[in-house]
Parts: sequence; structure tokens; C-alpha cells
Amino acid sequence: MTTTATSVSAVPATAKPGPVHERLAARLQAGLAPLRLEVEDLSHRHRAHGPRMAALAGKGGGGGTAPLGLSETHFRVTVVSAAFEGLSRVARHRRVNELLAEELARHVHALEIRALTPTEAAD
Amino acid sequence: MTDTADPTQARIAQEIADNSVVLFMKGTPTFPQCGFSAAVVQVLTKLQVKFKGINVLEDEALRQGIKEFSSWPTIPQLYVAGEFVGGCDIVREMAETGELSSLLADKGVAPAA
Repeated sequence: MTTTATSVSAVPATAKPGPVHERLAARLQAGLAPLRLEVEDLSHRHRAHGPRMAALAGKGGGGGTAPLGLSETHFRVTVVSAAFEGLSRVARHRRVNELLAEELARHVHALEIRALTPTEAAD
Repeated sequence: MTDTADPTQARIAQEIADNSVVLFMKGTPTFPQCGFSAAVVQVLTKLQVKFKGINVLEDEALRQGIKEFSSWPTIPQLYVAGEFVGGCDIVREMAETGELSSLLADKGVAPAA
């Protein structure tokens, strides 16, 4: 379970975003033209052997073959977009869910969503 | 979009019609089996809301059926007075802003005595 406060990711800074991570970001960018977009991979918090997997993830870049995103299961996305103006919370989340439907059906087990308009984000 | 010929969809419709507050979750209110389901139970408990928790892990058809019913891809899902309210993120946000208490009051759902 994640804390509500924003926290620094435990994944090494040198780890490159995995393929699922990159696809989530690309779909949200294309679909919502966000002023701000954050996609955080929280999968390591949901694995009992987190440190080892984090180390393996770190080795994924450059040398060996990446594990094809199989370990990317939990994400938190924060999207600030004018596309959310006038939409209820449920409608906003549905917009995000629809854009990410393919990943949700195949890889992602848990998705946390923060969907704000530029006005709300400025508060 | 409810198909009354589908027993799972019929069961879902019946549950949300029969109970003021229904939470489709992983595990039970006493023994939640995922953090997000536990978080919603905690919110409802704090607000002293009487609710029915339905464990989707007990029935694969139900686990899939509730997602089709609401066009919502994840568990938990909260329903109040037959209306889909949202998943964990939305319930938590609404609890923080007071909107959840207002919704419950508007729907005539009193805190447990």
C-alpha cells in the first residue's frame, strides 16, 4: 500500500523506464495533451523481494535484455489537462482508463489516478 | 447495459438494489486482501457507514462481471443507493473533501448507530 504523500522512488535513478511505463506515458500524452504528466512505476513496492527486483531492473538498461515489462504491474499517474474541464471524477478516470485499456487488460494490475484541471493544479 | 439473462449481472444489480452501500472488494471487510480494498473499508469504517462487502475473489465470474457492469477496470468499486461512486482513488478524494459524507447524507444513508 502506497503512502498518500509523494515520495522518492526506490528504483535506482539510472534505471530506464520499462516498455509498459513508456507506453502508458505515450498514450496519455497523445490522448490528453497534458500540461503536466507523471507516470510512476510503484511495482517494486508490491513485491516481497523488492530490492532484488530493483537491482535486476537496474541491470536491464544497456547490457541484458529487458524483461519485456512483465514486472511492471503497479503505476500511479498524475495528469493535469484542460481535457478534464467540466468532467466529474468518475468521467475523468474513465477517460484515463480508456486510454490505457490495453495495458490494464494485459499487464497492469493496479493503477492509481490523479486527474486535475490546470486550475485545480494551480491551487 | 444490464443483461438480465446473465446471472452474474443480475446478481450484481440485485445486490446494489438491496443494499444502500455496497463495496465490491478483494477479500472481506474483516480480512481485506489488497491495500486498495482495505483503504476503502477504512474510509467507510471511519465514517461509521454500514455497508455490504462482496468478495470478488470468491467468484471469477463476479470479478470480471463487476468490471463490465460499471465499465470500470479495477477493484474495489463502491456503490451508494444503486449508483457507482468510484474506486479507491475517488473514494479517498471524496472522503478528504467531505463530498462522500454529503453524498451519503443526500442519499439518506445514516451513520451506524
